[in-house]
Amino acid sequence: MKSHTITLSINGENRSVMVRSADTLLYVLRGKLGLTGAKPGCLNGDCGACTVNVEGWPMKSCLMLAVEADGKKVITIEGLENTPIQKAFVENFAFQCGYCTPGFIMNCHSLILKHPDADDHRIKEWLESNICRCTGYAEIESALKSVLRKK
Amino acid sequence: MLPFDFDYYKPTSLKEAVDLYQYLDQHGKQPMFFSGGTELITLGRIDLAYTEAVIDIKGISECNVMQISADHLLLGSTLSLTKIEEANLFPLLTKTASEVADHTARGKITLGGNICAQIFYREAVLPFLLADSQVLIVGPDGKKMVPIHELFLEKLQLKKGEFLIQLATETRFISAPFYSFKRRQQWETGYPLITVAALKIGQEVRVAISGLCPFPFRSKELEASLNKRDLPVSSRIDEGLSKLPKPILDDVEGSANYRLFVLRNLLSDMLTALDRI
Repeated sequence: MKSHTITLSINGENRSVMVRSADTLLYVLRGKLGLTGAKPGCLNGDCGACTVNVEGWPMKSCLMLAVEADGKKVITIEGLENTPIQKAFVENFAFQCGYCTPGFIMNCHSLILKHPDADDHRIKEWLESNICRCTGYAEIESALKSVLRKK
Repeated sequence: MLPFDFDYYKPTSLKEAVDLYQYLDQHGKQPMFFSGGTELITLGRIDLAYTEAVIDIKGISECNVMQISADHLLLGSTLSLTKIEEANLFPLLTKTASEVADHTARGKITLGGNICAQIFYREAVLPFLLADSQVLIVGPDGKKMVPIHELFLEKLQLKKGEFLIQLATETRFISAPFYSFKRRQQWETGYPLITVAALKIGQEVRVAISGLCPFPFRSKELEASLNKRDLPVSSRIDEGLSKLPKPILDDVEGSANYRLFVLRNLLSDMLTALDRI
């Protein structure tokens, strides 16, 4: 079967969508579901701009086929509302051009949920998955740490 | 997005997967077993990989096993590297796997996918080479358990229609003292100049290397030299370096001479760390 009707639980809502086997999750989110928060960057799994959250874990949506996500819980940046990490990004000036921001926030959000007691080693390990071409890394790290410390 | 179309199948049993492959192959579909799938997605995008039928093996329960059973650790081929790291049942594997790609990507990259990869670093195999693990595969002739040293020669020598189900490792190896280091030319993510993994069993050191040659390997000749404990460390390394497999990589990551320079230092660090234990 070259095309499939799949059901994704996106941001708490079940959405049925017809996809090609070869479509990536990123393409389906942006092109078929109108969720343009996940950004296309390298399309090669290197930059992290397309990071979403699948079953609680960060996922580069350019590295996942949409059919692989059938029946899974997906959270995109549109599904976060007034979370502590979003507030912390504003308070810490953790973005400049903003293109990498949704990916960084989704990665940080997963880290906060999975490892609320993350140490510096783990924070660095997780954040290495995303690239910020404006080099706002210090501010991004501060934003994440401000949320982790409050926990 | 991939520039070609393919059929996608997600079998739930080994037999179904093997039969599907046979059927699709007979119909000229160039079928491909798919686990994390990151190689098909990234290489397919630039025309370096192609298939008309993907067989996703993540729905097969035997491929998802992660357990200690009697005196063996069983790890399924479709476990993501992140899952293996979080469980940390085999600390040498945790450390070696944690250097592959980046954290988010390791949530998609799987153990079997890394070991069977077209990209030749295949670093996740190093701990299993050191631990004399057994490899469970399946194909048209049924299931087979084979010592890894018989099946992994530069890469896993799978015949058409076969795939990796699990790796079985004796528990005495998973708790042995180890060393694992990935040296890159720069930055902290990316391909290695050289990755060295080592395990100390009794007084003997075992060493496996990726990034030095266009394939990962464990060399008994190198180990024999490094284990001459009556000689000074520098002589043991000199002798070992004369017994390396060929060719030594000479590419954009580093020249052959630079790699040998880096290897000398890595081996020295490794021996210093493990000699103390």
